[in-house]
Amino acid sequence: MMSFYDCYLEYNDLDFENFFAQVTEADILRILRKNKITEYEFLALLSPVAENLLEDMAQRARQLSLQHFGKAILLFTPMYIANHCVNKCSYCGFNLENDIARKKLSLEEIEREAAAIAETGLRHILVLTGESRKETPLSYIVNAIKILRKYFQSISIEIYPLTEEEYQEVIEAGVDGLTIYQEVYDEKIYDKVHLAGPKKNYKFRLDAPERACKAKMRNVNIGALLGLNEWRREAFFTGLHASYLQNKYPDVEISISLPRIRPHKGVFEDVYLVNDRSLVQIMLATRIFLPYVGITISTRESQRLRDNLIPLGVTKMSAGVSTEVGGHTSATKGDSQFEIADKRNVAEMKEAILAKGYQPVFKNWLQF
Amino acid sequence: MDKLTIGGALLESRLLIGTGKFPSKKIIPEVIKSSGTQVVTMALRRVDIESQEENILTYIPEDIILLPNTSGARNAEEAVRIARLARAMGCGNWVKIEVISDNKYLLPDNQETIKATQVLAKEGFVVLPYMSPDLMAAKRMEEAGAAAVMPLGAPIGTNRGIRTRELVQILIDEINVPIIVDAGIGKPSDAAEAMEMGAEAVLVNTAIATSADPVKMAEAFSLAVKAGRLAYLSKLGPERQYAQASSPLTGFLNEGEK
Repeated sequence: MMSFYDCYLEYNDLDFENFFAQVTEADILRILRKNKITEYEFLALLSPVAENLLEDMAQRARQLSLQHFGKAILLFTPMYIANHCVNKCSYCGFNLENDIARKKLSLEEIEREAAAIAETGLRHILVLTGESRKETPLSYIVNAIKILRKYFQSISIEIYPLTEEEYQEVIEAGVDGLTIYQEVYDEKIYDKVHLAGPKKNYKFRLDAPERACKAKMRNVNIGALLGLNEWRREAFFTGLHASYLQNKYPDVEISISLPRIRPHKGVFEDVYLVNDRSLVQIMLATRIFLPYVGITISTRESQRLRDNLIPLGVTKMSAGVSTEVGGHTSATKGDSQFEIADKRNVAEMKEAILAKGYQPVFKNWLQF
Repeated sequence: MDKLTIGGALLESRLLIGTGKFPSKKIIPEVIKSSGTQVVTMALRRVDIESQEENILTYIPEDIILLPNTSGARNAEEAVRIARLARAMGCGNWVKIEVISDNKYLLPDNQETIKATQVLAKEGFVVLPYMSPDLMAAKRMEEAGAAAVMPLGAPIGTNRGIRTRELVQILIDEINVPIIVDAGIGKPSDAAEAMEMGAEAVLVNTAIATSADPVKMAEAFSLAVKAGRLAYLSKLGPERQYAQASSPLTGFLNEGEK
């Protein structure tokens, strides 16, 4: 198979409604007793019928999570270094047409921000920008990474999609992780919500995680922005994408994020509802299908929900988050990408994880 | 005295333990104590020497031999670099080589592990390679200077017991350096089984760390390892297919010729 796109096309014509109508509770219970499940069994776990068996699914997911990850949750925080963007994405606060305060941190500001974050004990950082090769060219990002290396043991990027050679360049500079969300796997909806800009190129984005794998990135984190399409389909394609990558690149640590759309500047009306039950179902089905993938839950979710998700299979959580550019130190900040729900700082998150009987992990890699 | 020698160290305890997966680092000193272990492994990637509270080394008593492992290494070169870093960070000169290029089952890459063993043994490390139980691979590790060989009983974290029993037995019979069964040991009885087979030691992490009471479970493992070793030393009675109370087929021979 040349690209995940071929896999997408293979399943895209599937009659999901008809498939779900055939699934029975007995099927679900049988699937939960299996060691390794198929793509179609994964889809069955995402069915409306499986919703009646969430507790059974949770028990299985918890067991698999303990086996693969133990009682440990890795903590990290995002660091927004710029919010300039040339895209018009109908769901994002950084949309070119939104009248927001734009800002790009100078290298000195990045160093101050890094020092402030490192002070909280965090050793894993996720660097974010909008998509503007003019305002934030790769050379700027590479310079930022070189500064961050002094303060952090693991550096991930969440920036515009790069070519394989460019991924090699950032890895050389010290990056070990990539986060890139397809946002929505449905190609038609993708075209509809990405009104203008380079992000309109569906395939270039879809293949970005694979280009990073080819460049020997250690960690690759993918996801769909839940709410842009019917979630059962999107969760299914996200799982298939992760499975495709893991099978083809067995030495890469693949993770999945489950971001739900949050309030932000600008208006996006066509949101498909994803309630807490659905989010939990996605997480459990994903864990059972892919026991070895990491699962990340951000501060988009509430304190109460995040705490309750810990035993169900989460492996990574953000803490002490600001989605504003320079949000940790600057007096004049750039506007945020979205509103966060869980505002706890690192020390509070650490206590909450311990209280759940889990170990907060600050460092799980080393620059060498 | 029945002692185990590895890398010049005389060990009374034949239970090695891991430090990952625990609900809290604070419990680790108690676990070490109740397990009676003298060798503790930890992933170097988790060691944070800049933070007193988060540094795993803070929780390991001084008289314990540190066995940093190269978890996260995808090939021999990365394992070698991590091992050198471990020594530079003051973790001693023991190293457990863990080279995993398969994120799904976390099975070790024997070929790359052999390469790393060659390099690190030459550099004076006490090398304990974690491996899939394969006789030729184990022999090459031994030749390369491994201080012990650590075959897996079952994939990491599975708690499924000594599933590789036949292959591990061959290593025990054929390899001259100590065999330490690592990974897959889920119950104290699994540890006892490995020891009865003649393994020199076992390494346990998940089964202790994810139990409801890790301190007690560590003690249970300690007892099981001792029991298994004692059974091995006292030579188990031979197994027979049938009960021995009588000899239904040949009993007539004892009745005297009539």
